[in-house]
Amino acid sequence: MRVVAALSGGVDSAVAAARALEAGHDVTGIHLALARSPQSHRTGARGCCTLEDARDARRVADVLGIPFYVWDLSERFVEDVIDDFVAEYAAGRTPNPCLRCNEKIKFTAVLDRSLALGFDAVATGHYARIVDGPGGRELHRAVDPAKDQSYVLGVLDAEQLAGAMFPLGDSVKTEVREEAGRRGLLVADKPDSHDICFIPDGDTGAWLRDRIGAAPGDVVDAESGETLGHHEGAFAYTVGQRRGLGIGTPSPEGARRYVVGVDTGTSTVLVGPPVLLEVDTVVGDRPRWCGPALDVALEGQVQLRAHGEPVDAVIEVVVDDAGATQVVAHLHERVRGVAPGQAMVAYDGTRVVGSVTITRSTRA
Amino acid sequence: MSDAVYLDHAATSPMRPEAIDAMTAELTAVGNPSSLHTSGRRARRVVEESRESIAAVLGVSAGDVVFTSGGTEADNLAVKGLYRARRGADPQRSRVLASAVEHHAVLDPVEHLGATAGAEVEWLEVDHLGRLRVDALEKQLASDPGSIALVTVMWANNEVGTTQPMDDIASLCAEHGVPLHSDAVQALGQLDVDASIVDSLAVSGHKVGGPHGVGALVLRRGLALEPLLHGGGQERDVRSGTLDAPAIAGFAAAVLASDADRLERAARVRRLRDDLVARVTAEIDGVTRNGDPVDNLPGIAHLSFDGCAGDALLLLLDAAGIECSRGSACSAGVPRPSHVLLAMGMDPVVAMSSLRFSLGHTSQESDVDRLLEALPGVVARARRAGPAR
Repeated sequence: MRVVAALSGGVDSAVAAARALEAGHDVTGIHLALARSPQSHRTGARGCCTLEDARDARRVADVLGIPFYVWDLSERFVEDVIDDFVAEYAAGRTPNPCLRCNEKIKFTAVLDRSLALGFDAVATGHYARIVDGPGGRELHRAVDPAKDQSYVLGVLDAEQLAGAMFPLGDSVKTEVREEAGRRGLLVADKPDSHDICFIPDGDTGAWLRDRIGAAPGDVVDAESGETLGHHEGAFAYTVGQRRGLGIGTPSPEGARRYVVGVDTGTSTVLVGPPVLLEVDTVVGDRPRWCGPALDVALEGQVQLRAHGEPVDAVIEVVVDDAGATQVVAHLHERVRGVAPGQAMVAYDGTRVVGSVTITRSTRA
Repeated sequence: MSDAVYLDHAATSPMRPEAIDAMTAELTAVGNPSSLHTSGRRARRVVEESRESIAAVLGVSAGDVVFTSGGTEADNLAVKGLYRARRGADPQRSRVLASAVEHHAVLDPVEHLGATAGAEVEWLEVDHLGRLRVDALEKQLASDPGSIALVTVMWANNEVGTTQPMDDIASLCAEHGVPLHSDAVQALGQLDVDASIVDSLAVSGHKVGGPHGVGALVLRRGLALEPLLHGGGQERDVRSGTLDAPAIAGFAAAVLASDADRLERAARVRRLRDDLVARVTAEIDGVTRNGDPVDNLPGIAHLSFDGCAGDALLLLLDAAGIECSRGSACSAGVPRPSHVLLAMGMDPVVAMSSLRFSLGHTSQESDVDRLLEALPGVVARARRAGPAR
C-alpha cells in the first residue's frame, strides 16, 4: 500500500512509520503544521507544532529514507479545533480537542487529501488496534493499558477506520522507545507530549480569557444558595474541579467543595460537596459509531475521560420527542465529575463501539 | 533517486567540473590569504586572481569585488550597510525604495530597517508580468531625491524569471544621485551582467555552478558602507572573516566557465525551456505561464495549474522522480502564496497552484520528455485532490 505516515516529531509516530515501512508499504512522511506562527523550540512537554518538532520529524524521515513534506493545516485547525474549543468553553462545556483533531484533521483533512493524492492509508503513532471483525474493521484498545489511546479515536467512523493504520497497538511504550533507539531514530529519548498543543504555556484559563474576555460572576453554594465568592469567567471552571475556586470560607462541615455546575448564561459557578458530583446516568448526543450503529441496548462499558477507568454500563440509543438521537448510559456504579462537553466512549470489551459528546448526567 | 530529473537549477545548480577542480586543488593546500609568509602569499594570489576573473566578467575593477559568504550576506551588507552609512552622513536620507518582487535576502533587511532603524520603505510597483513600473520609480525618485538612502531592484527575478530594464533604472538613479543596489544572483551566468552601471551588486557562487557558501558584493569604490561583520577587516574593511580560498577559487572558475559558454548555453537552455512551456501548455488544459514572455531568464518556466495545490504537484512529481520547486519556501517548509506573485496581482489561490521548473547547464531534452510523461497524470490527480485552501 501507499501510506502517509503522520510524523509529529515524536517517538511514537517515528516508530509507527518505521514499522509501516518494514511491513513493505511505500511510505511518505508528512508533518502537519497546525500552528499559525510556530514557536522555534519546544517548551516543556507541550506541542507538536514547533519548528524543532518539524525538524525532528524531517530527521526521522531522513533516517528511514522516505520522502518528507510539511502540510499546512493551520487554517483547518483553527476552524475545526480551536474555534470549537473556545465556543465549547464559552458555552460552559469542557471539550477534548484531541478527539476533535483526530476526527476533523488527521482522519478527515489529511486522510481525504492522502486518498485523493493516490495514497491508501494514513498511519499514526496512536496506541490502538484495528482488527478485522465479522462486521468489518473494528477499533480496539491497545495492549498497553497505560498508553491506550482508543478513547481519543472513538470519533472515527467505519470509513475513517478503513483508511487508518495504527502500527503501535500491539506494543507497550517501553518497547517502542527501545525500538526507536535500536533503529537509530534520534527522537528515542524525547519526552512524551501531553496537555493541549496550541496553548504553549499550559495556562488554559488565561488563554481562554484572552479569547472570550472576562465575564465576572458569583461562586454560589449549590445547597444553600449562598454567594461564597466571585470569579472572572465561568468558562474557566470545569465540573469536578476543586482547586482554584478562591473561596475563603470553608463549608460548615469542613468538607472540600467542588465545582458541581457551570452556567455561563448567568455566569454562575455552583460549588458543593463531592456527593453532588456523583452520577449514575450519563446522556450524550452527536454519536459517532466506529462501525455499525448500536441498535439494541448493550451491556458494555463507558469511558468518560482520556485516562479514566472503564465503567460497566447498559448503553442504549434513545430518540427523543424532537427526533434527536441521544445515547444514554446507565452506570452500574456512581462516578464523580462528569463534565458536559467531554466525550463518552462506549466499549464492548476491548472493542470501541462509538462515542458521544456528553450533554448531561444525573443521579437516580 | 539517482536518475532524478533535476529541474531546480534556480535553487542550486550542479557544480561545474572546472569549479570542482579549482576548489579541490585549493583544498589540499595550506595558507591563510592574510598571512605574510610563502603559504599565505600563495593563497592570497589565488584569491586575488579569482577576484580579477570575477571583476573582468562583471565589467568592474578587481578592487570593487568584496567576497562574502553568499548572496544573502551580500544583499544584507548592501541594504543595511548603505542605509546606515548614508543615513549617518545625512539624517534626511530615510527613504528606501525597493521593488516589491525582491528576494527575501533584500526584502527582509529592508523591512528590518523599516521596523528598527526609522527607514521609510517605499515598495516599487511591478506590472502583471513582474516588470518594474519605471515611470512610477521616476516619480518617486524625483520627489525629494535628497531624502533617499538607496534604491534596490533585482536584476532578474528568482521565481518568475522576469528581467528588469536595469539600464533605464540605473540611469534614473544616477541622474538623481541616488545609489542603486541590484541582486543579480539569478542573472549571473545567464545574462550579460554589467555591474558597472549600478553602485552595488550581489552575486552568489552556487547558482552558477560554483560552491555553496561563497558570493560577492560588487561595490563601487568611494561609496561608503557600514560593515555588518566586524573583525580583521580582510575585505576592504567592509567585510571581516578569513577568506575561504578554496570556495573563492571554485566560484571564480565557475564564473569564468559560465561566461565562456554563456551565449551558446543560454540559447540552448532557452530552446529547451520554450519547448517545455509549449508542450506543457499544449498537452494540459488550464496551464498559465507567468512572468515576462520576452525579457526573462533563459532557464525558468513558471506555470500555474488551475485547480491544483502546488505542494500536491510537488509531492506527486517528486514521487515520479522529477524535482522542481514552488519558487519560495519558509523555514518550516510551509507553503504561503509568494509575495512576488501577489505583487504581480495574482489571486492567492492561483499563486498557490504554481510551480517553477528551472533548467540549467546539465539539462537535456530527455528531462523535458520525462516531465511530459509524468505531468499530465500528476496534474489530473492533483486536480482531484483540489486546490490549496
